[in-house]
Amino acid sequence: MSDTHAHSVAFVRKTEIPPAPPPASQTGIVKWLRENLFATWANGLLTIAALYVIYLVLSVILPWLFGGVWNTSSLAECREVLQGRVGGCFSVLTERWPQLIYGFTYPTDQYWRPNVAFLFMLVAIAPVLFFDLPRKLLYFTAAFPFVAYWLIWGGSILVPIVAAVGIIAGYFVFDRLNKSSFAAGFFGAIATAFVIWYLGGFLIPEDQSGAMLSPVPSRDLGGFMLNMMLGLTCVSLSLPLGIALALGRQSDMPFIKWICVIFIEFVRGVPLITLLFVASVMLAYLFPPGTTTDLFLRVVIMITMFSSAYIAEVIRGGLAALPKGQYEGADSLGLDYPQAMRLIILPQALKISIPGIVNIAVGLFKDTTLVSVISMFDVLGMIRGPILASTEWNGVYWELLGFASLLFFVTCYGISQYSQWLERRLATDHR
Amino acid sequence: MKKSVFFGAATVAALAAGAAAAGTLDDVKARGKLNCGVTTGLVGFAAPDANGEWKGFDVAVCRAVAAAVLDDPNAVEFVPTTGKTRFTALASGEIDMLARNTTWTFSRDVDLKFEFTGINYYDGQGFMVPKDLGVSSAKELDGATVCIQTGTTTELNLADFFRANNISYEPVPIETNAEAQQQYLAGACDVYTTDASGLAATRATFEDPSAHVVLPEIVSKEPLGPLVRHGDNEWGDLVRWTLNALITAEELGVTSANLAEMAASAGGNPEINRLLGTEGNLGEMLGLPADWAVKALAVGGNYGEIFEANIGEATPIGLARGLNAQWTDGGLLYSPPFR
Repeated sequence: MSDTHAHSVAFVRKTEIPPAPPPASQTGIVKWLRENLFATWANGLLTIAALYVIYLVLSVILPWLFGGVWNTSSLAECREVLQGRVGGCFSVLTERWPQLIYGFTYPTDQYWRPNVAFLFMLVAIAPVLFFDLPRKLLYFTAAFPFVAYWLIWGGSILVPIVAAVGIIAGYFVFDRLNKSSFAAGFFGAIATAFVIWYLGGFLIPEDQSGAMLSPVPSRDLGGFMLNMMLGLTCVSLSLPLGIALALGRQSDMPFIKWICVIFIEFVRGVPLITLLFVASVMLAYLFPPGTTTDLFLRVVIMITMFSSAYIAEVIRGGLAALPKGQYEGADSLGLDYPQAMRLIILPQALKISIPGIVNIAVGLFKDTTLVSVISMFDVLGMIRGPILASTEWNGVYWELLGFASLLFFVTCYGISQYSQWLERRLATDHR
Repeated sequence: MKKSVFFGAATVAALAAGAAAAGTLDDVKARGKLNCGVTTGLVGFAAPDANGEWKGFDVAVCRAVAAAVLDDPNAVEFVPTTGKTRFTALASGEIDMLARNTTWTFSRDVDLKFEFTGINYYDGQGFMVPKDLGVSSAKELDGATVCIQTGTTTELNLADFFRANNISYEPVPIETNAEAQQQYLAGACDVYTTDASGLAATRATFEDPSAHVVLPEIVSKEPLGPLVRHGDNEWGDLVRWTLNALITAEELGVTSANLAEMAASAGGNPEINRLLGTEGNLGEMLGLPADWAVKALAVGGNYGEIFEANIGEATPIGLARGLNAQWTDGGLLYSPPFR
């Protein structure tokens, strides 16, 4: 039976059929297109409309970007070269590059100083931002403010050294006296620092001309360098100040609490631009003639005040989000107030507050362009003032402002990406 | 109560004494630098070039004063000021003089306690329209949309002009000159109005300047000049007569080409001799050396030469002399005599 049967069948497959590829409409890019762009008639129409809009935008921007001119010396020459073609006049960026970065009065042969300070800055903030790096690097971070000050402003090297010695001595006094009482340590440290600064003032020579690095007054700073300096200084000063204000606002001591509440509410109720005008205009009336504080310092104080009030409120939100049990747990372990804050409360509260703090840091960095209204030449002030007012470049708007937005976008996007990495890195919950 | 009044009075007295005792001329000489307030940037009038060196029509006045006082046109610390900070900078003593295309008005002179030391540019508000519009006079602008900077005197002048001529307009408010250029070129308004010098400078940056015309009507008076604080008349005199020296030199035909020759010895024209210090003692009266005007003129030449080099017809801005011609040529420039 089996024999006949075997012969009656013409073909018996011995192996499995290799799996056929899925139909063309169910695979690869076609499937993706069908599912995402042309799922329904309406979606298809919207896709085509969107593509058309993208084409319209790109067909203007791309020739402008790639057909641009990079090496002429004035807008009129740009137009001559272009002969009516579409194209950006990017020569303004190449010709005025140093002015956009350093401002127009920083001595040209001294550009290496801010450059070196910038490199040091990258090294100095690395261990603060990425805590996997060796902790020894923090010594460099501690020295960085003094080194950077000396590099950028120049003058006698004794100025930053005296400032650093005052702070170190203050720290040691604090360390010694803190064992008996916090208040004694705190005020003792401040008094020591001031005594040392006062005495050190006599060492600093009046005549700065013989200094190793020629002195550069604050008025000569400018360009994107000024934005970076203001942004970095103010963020790093306002974070500790904001933490102190937030804790002060929660304090049981009425005097401290009310000082913090009044400070925060007053500063938040006043626009930043008003504070800047006070810094640049009103203070000149209040001080006797000839004893004006440095304009850069005045602006730093005002922006720091402003952003620390906001950061304080963000951190207060973080503190309020912690369950009461965390505070009680800290108390039950027998920790005193500084220990409880340092070990239990703040690490959690700050972690919750990261998005808010970064939000304010990004906003603050962009707010530094407001200094152009008090005639400091940050990158926007350089563009709106000297560069657009020169006879060669009057009328070049898109190229200059586009460049400025690119600079700010790159920096702010970097900050935002870092904060997202930090949140992932610190995630200890199991969601 | 009595005590606080006493302290208040003492403070005021001390401040007044401080202001009066300090002779600005002595301060400048001791400092070795003139602090001169300028704009943060206005085409042709003041702007730093690619090397960071300040150039422009207002800047030239600062340099001339510095040369007359300190014998060095580069001994100037240019302090950029905005429209909002300029007067406080001068009042607080941060700057010695302000040369920042500032209109001489009653309230600025009297109420703000400044002293205008002359007029270096007679400006006035004008109108610019595209040529296609076929308009040849501002009185034909009935129903036009006008781009105008908010919060300026130009806004008020515009309303006055249209009301006086009994025609209507529709304002398009804008914030800055840069925005105005874009709006005007994009066709958001038919007319752009601001100071005539600003119109000329703006028009010069267009791709096709010949497609736009500046109408002949000037609807306001904007006399621009340098100013100093009240209360130091010697310093005010010095700035005033430095400017007058530039103007007089043009009237008398003293140029940077023949300056050295004329200053070498007394010539036939007694006024030139007095101006250049080869005769008389005018410099001594100002507390300066006899050849102070020679030094001021050596910087950029006389008024006419400064005008031509910075904003004149050979420059991209291309302003005609107009009202700013010498009185002998039908303009308004008229310096009192050097005698």
